[in-house]
Amino acid sequence: MPEDITAELESEELVPPAEPKAAHQPLDKAIESQADLSAEINAIGEAYQQALKDGAQPETQPRLDYPPYRSSILRHPTKSLQHADPETIELYSPAFGHQDVHALESDLTIQHNGEPLGERIIVSGKVLDGEGRPVAGQLVEIWQANSSGRYIHKRDQHPAPIDPNFTGIGRCITGPDGSYRFVTIKPGAYPWKNHLNAWRPAHIHFSLFGTEFTQRIITQMYFPGDQLFPLDPIYQTIVDQDARDRLVATYDHSLTEPEWALGYNWDIVLTGPKRTWTENEAFGTAGDSSDEAGE
Amino acid sequence: MNTKLVPTPGQTVGPFYGYALPFEKDNELLAPGSPGSIRLQGTVYDGAGHTVPDAILEIWQPDAKGNVVQRTGSLVRDGYTFTGWGRGAVGNSGVFTFTTVNPGPTKPGAAPFISVALFARGLTNRLFTRIYLPEDAEALAKDPLLSSLDPERRKTLIARRDPDGGLTWDIRLQGEGETVFLDFQ
Repeated sequence: MPEDITAELESEELVPPAEPKAAHQPLDKAIESQADLSAEINAIGEAYQQALKDGAQPETQPRLDYPPYRSSILRHPTKSLQHADPETIELYSPAFGHQDVHALESDLTIQHNGEPLGERIIVSGKVLDGEGRPVAGQLVEIWQANSSGRYIHKRDQHPAPIDPNFTGIGRCITGPDGSYRFVTIKPGAYPWKNHLNAWRPAHIHFSLFGTEFTQRIITQMYFPGDQLFPLDPIYQTIVDQDARDRLVATYDHSLTEPEWALGYNWDIVLTGPKRTWTENEAFGTAGDSSDEAGE
Repeated sequence: MNTKLVPTPGQTVGPFYGYALPFEKDNELLAPGSPGSIRLQGTVYDGAGHTVPDAILEIWQPDAKGNVVQRTGSLVRDGYTFTGWGRGAVGNSGVFTFTTVNPGPTKPGAAPFISVALFARGLTNRLFTRIYLPEDAEALAKDPLLSSLDPERRKTLIARRDPDGGLTWDIRLQGEGETVFLDFQ
């Protein structure tokens, strides 16, 4: 993969050479302020608290319809999701293995000739299913901004420096106990244009597979104590505080390595499974040597 | 007895997945032009009818005989192994393209379909849906999901067969002709 990254860096996908303050143009007078957005966020939060008091079940997933995140307004289904019992293909997951992912891809600090700038961190945890069983031998993908809050992406116009030694993408295959571990750099917060002075809390994007395709999820891991949480319409798409807390890593000194890197722990729980035990037994364990299942 | 854990919430894929999620031949479950291969193509639209230029789809399907394949190698394709899984980001015009095979029925009489997971900037969580093949009317009529839908909504899950043998299937996130999205929980 390091070769691929070098190619990517040289391709047109890479942002153009730094143009300091190129994106820092005077903003439209009519643009909405953080106060406007915070009022909307708080009103939705208060309505949710009242619903809980009135006996509503806690919400565990983000709302698809969350107007403070302006890009969601035309992109959320207006009809209820249709309940479906998953059928054959949906009860299995694509198989990934060490043919797909090199062991070194889990270290985001060694993909170039030099050391990336910023605070070196270890992010480690387990991928579990809803019954607490480890999801073994599955693909985990991450991507993130560099320590200055800049992505290697042509659409990222934030006038913060690109780090030539940091691409910000990693992959690994979970161990037999569902564990994953990445070495990376703590990402910076960055501005976006949802409203005037909108800043995303520092986060790492995570993409996860389970043992069934119905468990497929992409999410974001945050860092504890971020002051931007109450202001961020994306984090706030999850209206329940307990549910939000599930996206926040824990600082874990036992993961910290002396003279090297700070450690954070974050476990991920997938939905389900829906497949019955008998089907699981018949299916066996997915992995490198697996064969075809089904008829 | 199992203790149920509460699942971790999803979050939007955001706008900056473009250098992270796509990989070489990600949308080629088979090499284009190889025997039995078909093109699966469609466009993603938002609630105003505009194309969505920053969505990414994954498809997961049985092989042409209806077998669920459990082979590794999707991320580093060898050109011969059909893994059943692919990923395709839309282009600037909102169009996605895959090269794949017509999925077979996973059991006799079942309506063949491709499972889809959809991610996009502005979409706060992934959406699941299905792409059914249009041919087997009897199987489609008996399908548990399709038969639970009214006819207008049902149509959104059935692909159109093109003269060249390919499949066309569009996604409408919102509004008229809104695609049926699924909840498995």
